[in-house]
Amino acid sequence: MIELIEVCRDYVVGDQVVHALDHVSLRIPAGDYVSIMGPSGSGKSTLLNILGLMDRPTAGIYRLDGVDTSTMNDEELAHARQHQIGFVFQSFHLVPRLNALENVELPMILAGIPPKQRHSRSLGALAKVGLSKRADHRPNQLSGGERQRVAIARAIVMQPKLLLADEPTGNLDSKSGGEIIAILEQLNGQGLTVLVVTHDPAIGGRARRQLQFRDGRLLHDSGQS
Amino acid sequence: MRLLDCNRLAGGALLRAPARTFMMLLATAIGVAAVVVLTSLGEAARRFVTDEFRSLGTNLIIVLPGRSETSGLGPGMVIAATPRDLTLDDARALQRSPYIRRLAPVVVGEVSVSRGGLEREVTLLGTTPEFRVIRQWHMAMGEFLPNVGLEQAAPLCVLGATVSNELFRRESPLGRWLRVGDRRCRVSGVLEPQGRSIGVDVDEVVIVPVVTAQQLFDSPGLFRIIAQAKGRAAIEAAKRDARRIITARHYGEEDITVITQDAVLATFDGIFGNLTRALAGIASISLVVAGVLIMNVMLIAVSQRTSEVGLLKALGATRRQIIALFLTEAIFLAGLGACVGIIFGYLIDALLVLFYPDLDFRPPSWAVLGAVLTAVAAGTFFGILPARRAAELDPIAALAGR
Ligand SMILES: Nc1ncnc2c1ncn2[C@@H]1O[C@H](COP(=O)(O)OP(=O)(O)OP(=O)(O)O)[C@@H](O)[C@H]1O
Ligand SMILES: [Mg+2]
Repeated sequence: MIELIEVCRDYVVGDQVVHALDHVSLRIPAGDYVSIMGPSGSGKSTLLNILGLMDRPTAGIYRLDGVDTSTMNDEELAHARQHQIGFVFQSFHLVPRLNALENVELPMILAGIPPKQRHSRSLGALAKVGLSKRADHRPNQLSGGERQRVAIARAIVMQPKLLLADEPTGNLDSKSGGEIIAILEQLNGQGLTVLVVTHDPAIGGRARRQLQFRDGRLLHDSGQS
Repeated sequence: MRLLDCNRLAGGALLRAPARTFMMLLATAIGVAAVVVLTSLGEAARRFVTDEFRSLGTNLIIVLPGRSETSGLGPGMVIAATPRDLTLDDARALQRSPYIRRLAPVVVGEVSVSRGGLEREVTLLGTTPEFRVIRQWHMAMGEFLPNVGLEQAAPLCVLGATVSNELFRRESPLGRWLRVGDRRCRVSGVLEPQGRSIGVDVDEVVIVPVVTAQQLFDSPGLFRIIAQAKGRAAIEAAKRDARRIITARHYGEEDITVITQDAVLATFDGIFGNLTRALAGIASISLVVAGVLIMNVMLIAVSQRTSEVGLLKALGATRRQIIALFLTEAIFLAGLGACVGIIFGYLIDALLVLFYPDLDFRPPSWAVLGAVLTAVAAGTFFGILPARRAAELDPIAALAGR
C-alpha cells in the first residue's frame, strides 16, 4: 500500500540544510500495524506528514496504492487525504464551537455528503470509539481521552485505508492512552492500516512492526528480515 | 462542499468572534447608511424644487417684459435695460395663437386693505379668472372674480385664507365690502389655504381684476403673462408663437423673455440629479474604506485561525474550498452590513422628516441597490486577499500553531 524509495526531506534554515528525512526506503502492506519511534527531531513527524500527503519529499518517490504522489495536483492530493487517509494528532485539533457529532461530520461536509447520511455515519463512527452518549458535547465538555476518541471517529468516518497517528497518547494519562491504543488496535483488527508515532516504548512495542529513526534515517525496522 | 454547509461553517465562524464581526458589520453599515441618507437629501431637494415649479400649473409658458441675457432660468434672473411694457393688448394678441389654450395677465404690487378698524398690507394680484384655472387653486367659498373679462374693471376681490381670517374673523366675508387702496371692492370668494408657492404666501394675497389693479397702481404695464399651451407637444410652438406675436407688436424688437416651465424644471432636475449622484459617489468611498477594514480584520482572523485552516486541509479541504469559506464570510459580512445600513439609513431619513416635515426624504432606488452591490463587491474584492492567504497556509505549520 505504501512504498517509499530513497525519500529525502531537506529543510534549508539560513545557510544550513537540515535533513529531516535522509534516504528513507520503506514498504508497508495494507493492514499492517506499525509503530514509529526515535528521539526528538529524528524525523518521525516529517515522515508521517509526507505519508499523509501534507508535505512532499524533496527527493525520492512515494507511491500510495501504486500511484506516484509527485504527479498529483492540489485537488487530487486533497481528494486522497479525504478518502484514503485519516489523521490523529497529539493535540486532538477539534473545532471548539462544534459538538462531537459535528466535528466528526466535518470531513463529510468537505466531501459534500448529504446531511442525513452524514448524521448516521457520524453516529456510527462515534459508536465505534464508544462515545455514542457524548455526541452533543462540545470539546471543552469532554475529557482528554474522550476528545481523542472523537478525533479518531473523525479520522475513520470517511472509511480510509490508512490511519496516521502522531503521538496520539502524548497529551493523555496512561489509562486513557491505553484505551486509545486499544481502539486503534481494534480498528487495525478490522483491516485498517495503522501507523503510530510514539515516545512510549510500551506502546511502540505492541505494534506488529516497529521502526526506529535517528537523524532522519531509518535505523531499525523490525519487519525487515 | 454544499453551499448550505459552506454558509453554516462561515456563519459559525463569524458568530464565534462577535466583537470582530460587529466591527466589520458596522463599517459596512455606516457606508451604506451614508449613501442612503446623502442620496435621500439630494432627492428631497430635487423633489422639493421641482414640485414647487410643477405647482405653478401644467404646460406653462411665462412671458416677461425685458430681454434676458441668460435663457431658461427662473424668476430673479437679470433683465437687461428697461423695456417696453407688456400690455393687455399684448395678452389679447397672444390669445389668438392656436397653440395657447388659455392665458392670464398678471399685475403685482403692495397695497393696504382695510375693513372697519382693521387694516393691513397685502400683496395685490391683478389678473383674470383664467389664472385660477391655470394655477389649479381651489376656492374655500364663493367664486374667483366671476365673469370678469380681460379688459373689465370690476369692484370685486378674492381673499387669501389668512387675509380673510384677519379681516372677517368668524363672519362670512362673501358679499361684504372692503377698501383696497383707494377703492372699494366686494368680496366674491375666498381661497383655500395653500401655503407658500415659489416664495409667495398665497394665503396673504388679495386678488382683483387686472384692470382694477392697473388703475390702482396707475400703470399699464403687466408683471407677466402666464399662458397654458394646448398640451405638452404644443409648448415649443406656443413659445415660438408668443415670441413672434409680441415681437411683431413691439415693432420688431424682441424685448420680452419667454420661459417654459419645462425648461426650468429640466434645469433644476439636472442640477439636483447631478448633486445626488455626486453625493452617492462620495458616500460610496466609505464603502471602499469599509472593504479595506474587512480585509484587515479578516487577515487578523486568518492568522488567528491558522490551526483550523490546517485541520481543514488535513481533512481534505482543497484550496478552493478554503477560499470559498473565507470569501463567504466576507460576503456575509458585507451583505448583512448592507442590510443593517439600509435600515439605519431609513431610520435616519425618518428622523429627518420629523425635523423637516416639508421635505420628503427617500433614497432613490438606484442608490440603495448600488450601495448594496458596491458593499458586496467591496467585501468580495477585499475578501480575496485574506482568503488566498488562508488557502496558501502550510498545513503542517498551521497545525503546529506556528
Ligand atoms: N519547518 C521546518 N523548518 C526547518 N526545520 C524543520 C521544520 N520542520 C522540521 N524541521 C526539522 O526537521 C527535523 C525533524 O523534525 P520532526 O518534527 O520530524 O521530528 P520528530 O521526530 O517528529 O520530533 P518530535 O519527537 O520532537 O516530535 C528536526 O530537526 C526539525 O528541527
Ligand atoms: Mg513529532
